[in-house]
Amino acid sequence: MSLIQEMSQRALNLGVPMSVHFDITYRCNERCVHCYLDHDDHGEMTTAEIKHILDELAEAGTFFLTFSGGEVLMRRDFFELLEYARSLMFAVRIKTNAVMIGEAEARRMLELGVDQIQVSIYSHRHEVHDAITKLPGSLRRSVEAIRFLTRQGLRVTIANVLMTANMYDHAGVQALARELGVQYTLDPTITPKMDGDTSILNLRIPGSELSGVFHNESLVGNVEEFCAAPPTPDDDVMEGYPCSAGHTLAYISPYGDVFPCVQFPLPSGNVRRQKFLDIWNHSSELNDVRSIRAKDLPVCSSCSHVGTCTRCPGLAYMEGNMRGPSTADCEKSFHRTGIRSANMLRLDGNQPRPIPSGPLIHIQPLTA
Amino acid sequence: MSVKYIAKSSAIASRLLGGEMMVMSSADSTFFTLNPVATVVWQAADGVTPLSDIVADHVCAEFEVDAETAHRDVERFVEELSQHGILLVSETPIAGSATSPTEAA
Repeated sequence: MSLIQEMSQRALNLGVPMSVHFDITYRCNERCVHCYLDHDDHGEMTTAEIKHILDELAEAGTFFLTFSGGEVLMRRDFFELLEYARSLMFAVRIKTNAVMIGEAEARRMLELGVDQIQVSIYSHRHEVHDAITKLPGSLRRSVEAIRFLTRQGLRVTIANVLMTANMYDHAGVQALARELGVQYTLDPTITPKMDGDTSILNLRIPGSELSGVFHNESLVGNVEEFCAAPPTPDDDVMEGYPCSAGHTLAYISPYGDVFPCVQFPLPSGNVRRQKFLDIWNHSSELNDVRSIRAKDLPVCSSCSHVGTCTRCPGLAYMEGNMRGPSTADCEKSFHRTGIRSANMLRLDGNQPRPIPSGPLIHIQPLTA
Repeated sequence: MSVKYIAKSSAIASRLLGGEMMVMSSADSTFFTLNPVATVVWQAADGVTPLSDIVADHVCAEFEVDAETAHRDVERFVEELSQHGILLVSETPIAGSATSPTEAA
């Protein structure tokens, strides 16, 4: 177990929100086709409000702080907030499209000791990337910004969300990451919009392509290991919890709403009305999330994938039941291993069965 | 023996968790955890208090340890962290050192 894993375990035991994902704005200069956010400003928190929340998070024991959005640099006070967060000794990570990062911004991020910067790149081809972001010139500007950041010695990761429009471009983006000397991470997850609109799920890559991704050594490493059949789950697995959401991780929206995770829109309180720690310690919603163990999941507890599935309780929640299956993750488990999930088998059972060919009744005389 | 002053680098992240300090260098993401004795020294590293006073007033006062052992162990700890660039060591007071992290848990 690494030191960070040890500390995460300790945070879990102590009930400390070690990581917080803080969207400081939903405003954005891009209009990505798969984005789940409403980019209008419905009254985001002021500089003073956010600083106050940062004080509360430091008091609560948060160590990893991710500033995200929207586009964080749409806030004119972004560097003021970043400076304040660093004065409170958070390990700050930034998620950005980087379009607004020039040499001066990159230098300031280095001066302030930013830990990591994740930049969204959809394709190495301008026409594909810019069609997804709907911002002409965005790939050129993002790549230029990555060069500014790496020149300062900052750690950058390219995040490559995969969807139908760019599903054949991951190798190109990987090559671009190599050329730029940055890390690469791929994510085939498209989530419903925060208002529940599921229309953008049409952008999810088809299962056949997902299978190709999971069997691509350059993306997953050891394919045999990654795609191995799941081991029989033991007691530790069945007593385990699904993920860190609500356990050591919280999400805060630009309006002060607190959720277990950015991908888990279960309203659990609002920091404009309550202290963060009161919400974290006493929210009935967060306590409900924390009470879930693998053995309690009505469908997934009987699934062979229960110990290895990436089941997202937030996606399950958006499907109607946080204890239910997340069908996107069922698909991933299936296309990774070739073994159908309990949920898939259950749904198979509910489908009308095909009529077998041949006569309805076979009659054979009994032999003497 | 010369007087030493110690201060936290500004290029680190840190937080107290269950009585032990987590420290991460933003230069290379190296992650450290400090035991309770090292945590006390870390918290007192304000750039203006001599290291010998930190050992006497915090380590020897709060832990069952003789002065000689405490000085030797703390010197080793300070040397190690300074090699990683997360603790600054000087023979003169260090101005404008990082503020103390908020304590929690």
